[in-house]
This record gives sequence, C-alpha cells and structure tokens, in this order.
Amino acid sequence: MIAEHVAFGIIAAVMVASALRVVTARDIVHAALYLVIVLAGVAALFLLVGAEFTGITQVLIYIGAVIVLFLFGIMLTRSDFDQDGETDHKRKLPAILTALLLLAVMIGALVDRFGDDRLDPTPQTTAQVSDELFSQYIVPFEAVSVLLLAALIGAIVIARREQGG
Amino acid sequence: MLLNEMLLLGAVLFCIGVYGVLARRNGVLVLMSIELILNAVNINLIAFGAFHHTVIGQIFALFVITVAAAEVGIGLAIVLLLYRNRRSIDLEQVDLMKG
Repeated sequence: MIAEHVAFGIIAAVMVASALRVVTARDIVHAALYLVIVLAGVAALFLLVGAEFTGITQVLIYIGAVIVLFLFGIMLTRSDFDQDGETDHKRKLPAILTALLLLAVMIGALVDRFGDDRLDPTPQTTAQVSDELFSQYIVPFEAVSVLLLAALIGAIVIARREQGG
Repeated sequence: MLLNEMLLLGAVLFCIGVYGVLARRNGVLVLMSIELILNAVNINLIAFGAFHHTVIGQIFALFVITVAAAEVGIGLAIVLLLYRNRRSIDLEQVDLMKG
C-alpha cells in the first residue's frame, strides 16, 4: 500500500500548492488555470478511492463545463482592475486569521475523532451508483433536474440585454 | 491509507477557499473560491463513502456537483449584470444597499 500513500502525497501536495495560487494569483486567468489543476487532483483522488463514476463526472462537469464558464466570465468582464493587486490589504490579515483559526479547529476535531481509522477502499461500480440513484434517490434526482432548468432560465433572464437598451 | 489523510486535505482546501472568499475583491475569483469550498466538501463525502463501503457518498457528491454547476451559472450571470451596470466587478463597489 506504499504506492497508494505516495500517489496520495503527490496529488495532495500539488492540490494544496495550486489552491494557494488560485486565491493569491494576480492574473485571474492564471487563477482559473490553477483551479483546473485542483479540480483534476480532486478527480484523481476520487479514482484513487474507487469512486469511478464521480471521478469521471468531476472531469466532465468541472474541467469541461465550469472552467469554460469561468473563462467566458473572465473574458466578458475584463477590466484594468485585474492588473494591480486587488487583494484588499486591510482585509487580508483578518481573512488569514479566520482561515487559520477554522483550520486549527477542524484539524483538532478530525484528529481527535478519526485518529487512526483506516480507509481500505473497494471499487464502487457505476452500476451500484445507478441502482441506488434510480431507486432510493429518484425524487431528489428529479428535483435536481428541475433546479437545473430553473437555473438555466434564471441565468438567461438575468444576463439578457433589455430590448432596445 | 488513513481516513484522516483525505479529511485533512479537505479541511485545508476548505480553509484556502474561505480565505479567497474573504480576502479577494474580484467577483469571479470569489466564485472560484466557492468552487474550492464545494470540492473540499465533495472530498469528505467520497472519503466517508469509501470508509463505510457505501455508494451514498458518491450520490451526495453528484448532487453537490449538480448544484455547484447551477450556482456557477447564476453567479456568473449576476457578475455579468454587475459589470454591465457599474463597469467593474470590484465587490467593494457593490454598496447600493448600504445604510
């Protein structure tokens, strides 16, 4: 199981470094590209613990669709304001303190509760996921499809230019 | 492999996302930080699913991914409208409702 540990360590280190670059990058396009690395790392972790369907979905939806949406959003709203460091310096210190405090609390709780619980993943096949999703979770599944339709219509209505405006 | 390795990685990503939401002023970057937070939650769901040998973790993660996609669509539409009205996506300038 050494190989698993090494793989996890490499993926985790790359993900944390990229995530830090996402929130500190000066150029917002770079931030979006670093976000791709983080999302790919998440997909790799899903595959590592045997969640194959969610891993593939992560690649298709996040890297395929969400990042493209972000790049469109960046291109449509590009302004000079991106160039100078737009991190608000008077809010930077409280933000770091909040994040570190939250991290300390979560690490303490997790280490206390799940100290040395072992994870021995077994592959979870797509067939198992679909059996569960289309029997016990069919109502939430339909609700989420209505939610997507509502979000689609809402986004069109919000972003549409007024007639003659 | 320890369960805590996954959970601690999720906690670190979550806190980085929280820092991004609090410290950055660019509307699109705040949305990206929210994506980081949601992915941290997904890592936890998948880790617990694998820990308990159940696919329910995967199903919840799929729902989170779907809702996140809807959230990005609406969020970017709002940022776009903001840019069209104010020529800027600086969240500091969004103070119309300030008393």
